[in-house]
Amino acid sequence: MSANAPTADLFRTENMRRRKIVNKVVEGGATIAALLAVAVLVIVVGSVVSRGWGALNVDFFTKSQTLYSGFGPRPASGISNAIVGTLIIIGIAILMALPVAVATAIYLNELAPRKLASVLTLAFDVLNGIPAIVLGIFVFVFVVVGHGQAAWKASFALAILMVPMIARSTQEVLALVPISMREASLALGAAKWRTTLSVVLPQAVGGIVTGATLAAARAAGETAPLLFTTALYDAQTMSFDPRQPIPSIPMFIFTSAEQADPVLHQQAWGAAAVLIGIILIASLIARWFADRSVRRLKGER
Amino acid sequence: MTEVNYSSKDIGVQKPTEQETHEAVGVQQAIDPSLLAAKPPAETLARDRVFSIESLTASYGGTPAIRDVSFEIYQRMVTAIIGPSGCGKSTFIRCLNRMNDVIPGFKTDGRILYHDVDLMAKNIDAVGVRRRIGMVFQRPNPFPKSIYENIAYGPRILGLKKDLDERVEKALRQAALWDEVKDRLKRSAWSLSGGQQQRLCIARCLAIEPDVILMDEPASALDPIATTRIEDLMHDLKRDYTIVVVTHNMQQAARVADMTAFFSISKGDEGHRSGVLVEYDSTKTIFTQPKDGRTEDYVTGRFG
Repeated sequence: MSANAPTADLFRTENMRRRKIVNKVVEGGATIAALLAVAVLVIVVGSVVSRGWGALNVDFFTKSQTLYSGFGPRPASGISNAIVGTLIIIGIAILMALPVAVATAIYLNELAPRKLASVLTLAFDVLNGIPAIVLGIFVFVFVVVGHGQAAWKASFALAILMVPMIARSTQEVLALVPISMREASLALGAAKWRTTLSVVLPQAVGGIVTGATLAAARAAGETAPLLFTTALYDAQTMSFDPRQPIPSIPMFIFTSAEQADPVLHQQAWGAAAVLIGIILIASLIARWFADRSVRRLKGER
Repeated sequence: MTEVNYSSKDIGVQKPTEQETHEAVGVQQAIDPSLLAAKPPAETLARDRVFSIESLTASYGGTPAIRDVSFEIYQRMVTAIIGPSGCGKSTFIRCLNRMNDVIPGFKTDGRILYHDVDLMAKNIDAVGVRRRIGMVFQRPNPFPKSIYENIAYGPRILGLKKDLDERVEKALRQAALWDEVKDRLKRSAWSLSGGQQQRLCIARCLAIEPDVILMDEPASALDPIATTRIEDLMHDLKRDYTIVVVTHNMQQAARVADMTAFFSISKGDEGHRSGVLVEYDSTKTIFTQPKDGRTEDYVTGRFG
């Protein structure tokens, strides 16, 4: 070994030991936090499924609700009309929200002057934070009072809820589309609208679908707007008419939980499990869309 | 002028006269004599003006990036813009097809006459300008579409939907890419190598039959072999097109350019550093007998 070989650093020192401990503590803390978040999810989903499991049978998915007087044999009862109602309400809400949200995001990201865009973006964040019940009252006062409830009015309230969410997520994916793509199109003599429609939007479509699906998943569980807009429905029939109030899963959970009937309580848990299932499936679809568009972008087919 | 028609024929540009052959002139103090030896002296080539830049000043948010630039760019020649980083080469070339329009706070003074039409005039449509004056960028930027769709994009937006297949093939042949991609036109353009992608971008630009091709350091992201192919391509393309190329690579300028403009940085009256045109001449003169000391320092490698 030569006299001045720099080997001193190689030996363990007190300082190194301390740094190692700090490193372990930080790593451990972050891991525990992540595990806790997952644990909460597992506990919530687990308790919902375990309590609602008994209600999940074929009738539950194929039959409408039935009223039970408390005497005699209990007729088979299900939430098929509530599932259909939720899908209709959310479907119409997406149709209302998506075009407005995407157009808004395009305006904010591609067209608006920077200062105005940042003011409007802030406004959207505020709108994003408005509680659903406030939007419910808003729609109730302006659309329901004097005209009656209807499923599409619930969609309207939920669409107001979804627009800022979809617009913000769309804005984020639009910002991810490289400037060089826009320049390539502009340099070929394409007008700005053409560039946006033919080059920018197709690259962002996966992210837009993902954002819309996540917004829809959140809106699907909202109950407050439904209370004001589509609560006075006939629970015993299947209805596809959005001009009438129609049943929905959140409303079923809400009303069943209030009854002094353990069977209905179990069905409410079951409906909650179904709602979680729908949201899970929607999220997986969104994920699949996002992955597919990323693969396309990378040129793999 | 109320209506501007971007057809060179309408504006009255003549075809260049037959290019005469010239013997290579002996080079005295050449940096790289072999590069310049075979070059016909640009002084003797037909000089039909495509651009006349008249005291062009371009600024971002009030700070000038280039100041008082005036020179002429000739038809069917390769004109190189060289100079140190930050001298406004890219700013300048992006003025020629109004690509800087999209940058907030960008402003120009002076005139850029393109076949005697001022591109900076209020009644000029930037979209129309870019249809006549194409651009190739520093990094290859093909769309995430198929090879075919990349080329077809330009013709489609211009409504040139007739004989699209022939048009795509012609553009790819002109860009010397056809043989490499003819069997996989439906494949994603992003599956090509960097050099192929850049030639694809050139083909995409050629598909709308521009008059001028602007290239902003087209080979700086490519390896030497791919660079050579791009340079060969520029040689071929100048038969039909006017090419303006920004490069930080002096050897490249010496290899490909007929005319060379040297930009440098100078301190303005208010203390702002901005780009100025120091010297503009035939490439051979710039590299062998520069008139300005700054040019000489740069091309001999003493500064840069």
